[in-house]
Amino acid sequence: MKTDFPVAGTLYETKTPEETWAVAEQLAACLPVRAVLALHGELGAGKTCFVQGLARALGILRPITSPTFTLVQEYRGSRRLVHMDLYRIGSPDELLHLGFEDYLQEDGVLAIEWAERAGDLLPPDTRHLYFALQADQGRHTIRIG
Amino acid sequence: MIVLGIETSCDETSAALVRAGREVLSQVIFSQVALHRPYGGVVPEIASRNHVEKIMPVISEARAQAGLDWDRIDRIAVTSGPGLASALMIGVAAAKSLSLRLQRPLVAINHIEAHLYSAFLDPAAPDPAAACPLLVLIVSGGHTCLVRMSKPGVYRLIGQTIDDAAGEAFDKGANLLGLGYPGGPAIDRAAQNGNTQAIRFPRGLTRRPHHHDPTHDLLCLSFSGLKTSLLYHLKDHPLVPGDSRLADLAASYQEAIVDSLVRRTDDALRDEPYLAVVGGVSLNRRLREQMTALAARRRVRLLMAPPTFCADNAAMIAGLAGSPAFAKQPERLPMDLDVDPSLELNFNLSSATLT
Repeated sequence: MKTDFPVAGTLYETKTPEETWAVAEQLAACLPVRAVLALHGELGAGKTCFVQGLARALGILRPITSPTFTLVQEYRGSRRLVHMDLYRIGSPDELLHLGFEDYLQEDGVLAIEWAERAGDLLPPDTRHLYFALQADQGRHTIRIG
Repeated sequence: MIVLGIETSCDETSAALVRAGREVLSQVIFSQVALHRPYGGVVPEIASRNHVEKIMPVISEARAQAGLDWDRIDRIAVTSGPGLASALMIGVAAAKSLSLRLQRPLVAINHIEAHLYSAFLDPAAPDPAAACPLLVLIVSGGHTCLVRMSKPGVYRLIGQTIDDAAGEAFDKGANLLGLGYPGGPAIDRAAQNGNTQAIRFPRGLTRRPHHHDPTHDLLCLSFSGLKTSLLYHLKDHPLVPGDSRLADLAASYQEAIVDSLVRRTDDALRDEPYLAVVGGVSLNRRLREQMTALAARRRVRLLMAPPTFCADNAAMIAGLAGSPAFAKQPERLPMDLDVDPSLELNFNLSSATLT
């Protein structure tokens, strides 16, 4: 049975990539057929690691590489995963040129890094996740927004 | 056959005329690197706007430098992917228009395959068919993979990065070290008099079941942990202006990238007579030095593209399209050709023996 997505404020702590993958797998199981995840956090906070965990949960076998170069990477497993990095997007207008709205129309999980660049284009049911690397190194947190 | 090649997949606007796949008659590259420098990376909107402005002057200049009339061009080749969608579109639109205007066939070229082909733009390189089987390390800002070419056009994926490309690792490292963009040349320079062994940064080398055939291993490279390790190091020991540790840090960080690439290439080598190292990162001096040493140790001949054909360029596009050794690329109807930002190499998945 599908469990509900955790409520805002829920906090996860991970010490290894495997633990981050496990959180991603757990959250993936609570997502509807079409879901947008906005991933917030600095370089090295664990966002890409989290997306690798999502991919595992969605039955994607090929490696999840950084989307920085092409901005968008699309993968097909038992479900579809779209991984976006909007770091160098200046305005939501540019996103329309990239076909951003088309990506929102299809079923699958959209994981967006630097999602704040998308402004109003993000659907209202976007789930926000906040990643941080804690001062005592090696400890990461993921907070549901 | 004379091919006009057009390349606009990222931040380089380039056109070249190449005869019979090997003889570069002209090449023009307008690099936008200075325009993107203030942003620390390629900004798609700026890239496509500048491709629009420069594409026709760059093509005209390439034709003029070759001293040929337009009607001497036999076919038009253009990068259709992978790359930035909005950048690829500009080159493809220009190629379509010229194909219609000049009444010449249009072919679409895979950017990664063209990088692989760039090793054969060296006049001293053997014929591509004679160099097979060939192991190729493709290493650039957007790609890092090891491919075995059993004959021209037949590829197997042997290894790849599972997170960042090597060029991206250079960019992110340079950013953390305050060395600016692009990171590769900046770290190469800063590392010149540094101690490569000053700090032991991690080498991300793992294996996982190959996604083309799970009975074999994929040789994996990972640069994400390296970047995090530098981040931790700098949090514990912040750099101050004029810090004397900068050269050591740059040299040690560079060494971790180079050493990972060399070790993985060493692991992938079987009994190939030739090894090719191509792509923008192949300009890195330490990588060239260490790959030369590896080739000597493993008794394999090293092929590297001349420096002007390492980073993104149109000669490799025109070269591949006109090479008699490679299967003739299918002609495309101008109205049907579309860009494919996530295009992969056309891997042969039929038989086993992946490693």
